[in-house]
Amino acid sequence: MHTYSLLREFADSWMLLLLFTVFVSVILWVFRPGARKTHQDTAAIPFRHDDRPASEDRT
Amino acid sequence: MSNYVKLIALGLVTLAAMIAANYGRDLAYSVHAIIIMLVAGGLFLRTLRRIDEPVPVAETGYMDGPVRAGVIATAFWGVAGFLVGTFIAFQLAFPALNFEWAEGYANFGRLRPLHTSAVIFAFGGNALIATSFYIVQRTSAVRLFGGNLGWFVFWGYNLFIVLAATGYLLGATQSKEYAEPEWYVDIWLTIVWVAYLIAFLGTIMTRRERHIYVANWFFLAFIVTVAMLHIVNNLSLPVSIFGSKSVQVFSGVQDAMTQWWYGHNAVGFFLTAGFLGMMYYFIPKQAERPVYSYKLSIIHFWALIFLYIWAGPHHLHYTALPDWASTLGMVFSIILWMPSWGGMINGLMTLSGAWDKLRTDPVLRMLVISVGFYGMSTFEGPMMSIRAVNSLSHYTDWTIGHVHSGALGWNGMITFGALYFLVPKLWNRERLYSLSLVSWHFWLATIGIVLYAASMWVTGIMEGLMWREVDANGFLVNSFADTVAAKFPMYVVRGLGGVLFLVGALIMCYNLWMTAIRVPEKVASAAAVPAE
Repeated sequence: MHTYSLLREFADSWMLLLLFTVFVSVILWVFRPGARKTHQDTAAIPFRHDDRPASEDRT
Repeated sequence: MSNYVKLIALGLVTLAAMIAANYGRDLAYSVHAIIIMLVAGGLFLRTLRRIDEPVPVAETGYMDGPVRAGVIATAFWGVAGFLVGTFIAFQLAFPALNFEWAEGYANFGRLRPLHTSAVIFAFGGNALIATSFYIVQRTSAVRLFGGNLGWFVFWGYNLFIVLAATGYLLGATQSKEYAEPEWYVDIWLTIVWVAYLIAFLGTIMTRRERHIYVANWFFLAFIVTVAMLHIVNNLSLPVSIFGSKSVQVFSGVQDAMTQWWYGHNAVGFFLTAGFLGMMYYFIPKQAERPVYSYKLSIIHFWALIFLYIWAGPHHLHYTALPDWASTLGMVFSIILWMPSWGGMINGLMTLSGAWDKLRTDPVLRMLVISVGFYGMSTFEGPMMSIRAVNSLSHYTDWTIGHVHSGALGWNGMITFGALYFLVPKLWNRERLYSLSLVSWHFWLATIGIVLYAASMWVTGIMEGLMWREVDANGFLVNSFADTVAAKFPMYVVRGLGGVLFLVGALIMCYNLWMTAIRVPEKVASAAAVPAE
C-alpha cells in the first residue's frame, strides 16, 4: 500500500475520530457543573494587577 | 563572561556578512549582507563600550519598554503601509505613476508585496507583539519572561521587516504570496519567532494567576501555528549560499496547496486569532466590564482553531487540486460562520448594559466597529468560498474588497483602538490629548473603508460578469482590456477611500504624539490601595 493511501485511510478514520472526540469533549468540559464560578473568576483577570505584578507569596 | 561570548559571536557575524557582501551574486543579497554587517558591527561596538560596566539590578515591574517601542513601530509602519497602498491604488488607476526612471524598483509589481507585507507583517505584526507582551504580563500578573528577550524579539522582528521590504524593491522574492522573503530572511524570522514563543510561554508558565486568560490562548495559538506554517511553506533550497535565489522543495499542485494552506491560515491565525486576543482584552477593559460569556469564548477558541486550518483549499477551486480537497475547504469555510459569529456576538454583547458608552467614548466605538467588520468579512469570506460564487468572484477585485474590509475594518480599527488605549497607560498620561480627533479618525477611516469596499464590490462583480459574457455563437464578448477600461471610475473611488484612511491614521499619530508630550502626567490616586 502506498504511503499516501495508508495515511489517507488513517486520516479518514482514527484521526478523524480522535479529533472529533477531543473537540466534543472540550465543549462538554466547558459546560461541566461548577464551571461558572471558575469562569467568572477567570473573566475578571484583566481587572486585577493593572500596574504591577502580583507579589511573590500570592499564588 | 557572557559579554565576551557575545563579542566573539557579533564579531564573527560581522566578518561573515562582509565576506557575503563581497561574494554576493545579486544586488539584494549584497545589500542585505551590508545591512546585517552594520547591525552586527554596531552591536559589537555597543557591547564593547559597556563591557565592564556593572550589571544593573533586575527590575521587578512590568516590562513595558518593548511594548512602547512596539506601539511607535506599529504607528510608523501603519502609515508607511497605508501610504504605499494608496500610491499603488492610484498606479492602477493612472499607469503613468509607474515612473520610467523608477522602473524595476517602484513599479506596481515591486510595490505591491511591499504594501501587503508592510500592513500585515509590519503594522499588524508589531501590533500583535506589542499587545501580546502587554496583555500576557497583566493577565499573568508577572514580569515578561527571559530578561531582555522581549527587546530581542522587537528588534529582531523589525530587522526581518527591513530585510523583507528592501528585498522586494530589489527583486528578491520566492513568489509565494504573503511569504515572499527569501531563504535567509526566513531563517532569521524562525529564530526571532522561537524567541517570541519562549518569552510568551515562559511568562504564562511563571504566572501568578490560577488560570490562563482567554486572550492568551488566542495569542499562543497564533504564535505556535504561524511557526508551523512558516517553516513548512518556506521549505526551499538556496541555489547558492552567496545568493538570494532559492528553489521550493514542493512543486506543482502540492506547492500550490501548501502555499494556500499557509496563506489562508496566515489570515486565520495571524490576522484573526492574534487579533481576537486583542479583542478579548481591550473591549472588556475599555467597556469596564468582563467579557459577555467566558464559556462562549472558550468554545469560540477551540472551534476556530479546529476549523480554520482546513479552509485553505477554497483558494484553489477549478484548478489541478482534486475536487474532494476543494470541497473540504469549502465546507470547513462555511462551518466557520458559527465560531466567527459566536465570537463577534461575544465581543458586541460585552457592551450590554454599557451601550451608552458608545455615545461618549470614541475609542470604544472604534473597537466595536472593528468587531462589526469582523462579522461582516467573516460572513462574506465563507460565502465567496462556495464554488459557484467563487466562479464569479475569483481573480476579480471583489477578493481585494473582501480582504480590505477585513484588514482595514477589523485589523486596522482594533489596532487603532488598542493604540488609543495603550498610549496614555504606557506613557503614564491621565487621558488622551483629544477625543474629538479620535472621532475624526473614526469617521475618516470608516468612510474610507466604505468607499473602498463598495467600489470593489461593484468593479469585482462587473468584471466577473464581463469575463463570462458570451454572444449567441458562444464567443466571448469582452476582451480583458475592455474590463480594465470599465474599471477606471471605481479605481479612482478606491484610491480616494485609501486617502481618507491614510489621513485618519496621520491624525492618530499626531494625537498620540501630543498625548505623550503635552498631556499632564497621571498622578497616583490618593485613595488607599488595598493590601494584597
